[in-house]
Amino acid sequence: MTYEVAQETAWHVVLVAVSVGIAVAIGLPLGILVTRRPAWSRWVLGAVGVVQTIPSLALFGLLIPVPFIGGIGPRTALVALTLYALLPIVRNTVTGIAGVDPAVREAARGMGMTDRQLLLRVELPLAAGVILAGVRVATVVGIGVATIAAAIGAGGLGVFIFRGVAMVDGRTILAGAVPAAVLALLADAALGVLERRVGPPG
Amino acid sequence: MTAFVQFAGAGLALANGRTILADLSLAVAEGETVALIGRSGSGKTTALKLVNALLLPTSGIVRVAGTPTRDWDPIRLRRRTGYVIQDVGLLPHLSVARNVGLVPELEGWPAERIAARVAELLELVGLPFADYGARRPHELSGGQRQRVGVARALAADPPLLLLDEPFGALDPITRADLQREFRALQARLRKTAIFVTHDMREARRVADRIALLSGGRLLASGTPDELVASDEPELRAFLEAGG
Repeated sequence: MTYEVAQETAWHVVLVAVSVGIAVAIGLPLGILVTRRPAWSRWVLGAVGVVQTIPSLALFGLLIPVPFIGGIGPRTALVALTLYALLPIVRNTVTGIAGVDPAVREAARGMGMTDRQLLLRVELPLAAGVILAGVRVATVVGIGVATIAAAIGAGGLGVFIFRGVAMVDGRTILAGAVPAAVLALLADAALGVLERRVGPPG
Repeated sequence: MTAFVQFAGAGLALANGRTILADLSLAVAEGETVALIGRSGSGKTTALKLVNALLLPTSGIVRVAGTPTRDWDPIRLRRRTGYVIQDVGLLPHLSVARNVGLVPELEGWPAERIAARVAELLELVGLPFADYGARRPHELSGGQRQRVGVARALAADPPLLLLDEPFGALDPITRADLQREFRALQARLRKTAIFVTHDMREARRVADRIALLSGGRLLASGTPDELVASDEPELRAFLEAGG
């Protein structure tokens, strides 16, 4: 069983890392776009927020019959996990960029920065701490939610939890729950260190 | 004397019809320092932002070096215009040296030339590179930060300086020091400068000529001595409020 736990733990990490990675790739540009088009902010944040309100088990289930992205297995789980990870990443990107001191932005524009230079040299570096905090929340939540992936045959540490519940065997449940909790703590600590490193000076 | 900056009936009205600035005509000669003075909401900051095209006039024309701001590439115009604002706006994640060298860096100067220029400017504003270059803005006092702001504005040796209440947030003693230093600097550099302030004493200290704005309109303009003799009521109010 030890080998099996190690294997599912590794797979669990892959599920979360890939889904958070995709969520960053989608959420960061989406968040930046929203700061450029404030009128879209309600719609975008509303949409990613609504996803968050769907109970996770239901979201996995609802995605199964959807063509192309659905079905039984990891693909569906990755889609669901990515959707969950979007909200904190998009929201924190928007908050982080909006939180840049207006004087800094005005001075940067007054010095003749192009929009692109303003984004890359000023806004993103200054928002990095807040954005990373969003990635951290998305990762920690994702590690918990990913246990449900086992319900649709996508593997991960949830395999032991569902098996343990079915067998009414506490030890098997713990074989899934404890590594998941440890993963969450480790991810939280590691991303916390990174966040402080890029965070605002002073 | 040729006008380096010329407001020709320049005005700015918002989409809701509110007029921020109306029909401003004012010429700033090359090498001259003009103070724009007025109360909050008088349109003086708006006038300043019309010069570096952070705003474009909705009526009239603002010319810089003979070319209407509308026809300037705004990025080029701003890189050739030093801009100092009250809140300084130093980039908090960059060192003092990198802040000062920012415009040269954006302009693609070679690294050695930037380094030499930064050292020269920090020396000029009394913050030697060896002691201050590596510091972050939050490690400086308000007065030091504003000195860095001035050094940054001068970095690419722009012919024109725009200063928006640059010393407004400083204590009176530091402010007087910086006004004196600014004057001394200007005596050497002879940049064309527009200096926005709400303090008549400051205007008289730093400027060759003063223009008084109220409610978006130009009420009076002239040398400090000419204005002292004027009986314009708003002007008297400013003179009596602050020497």
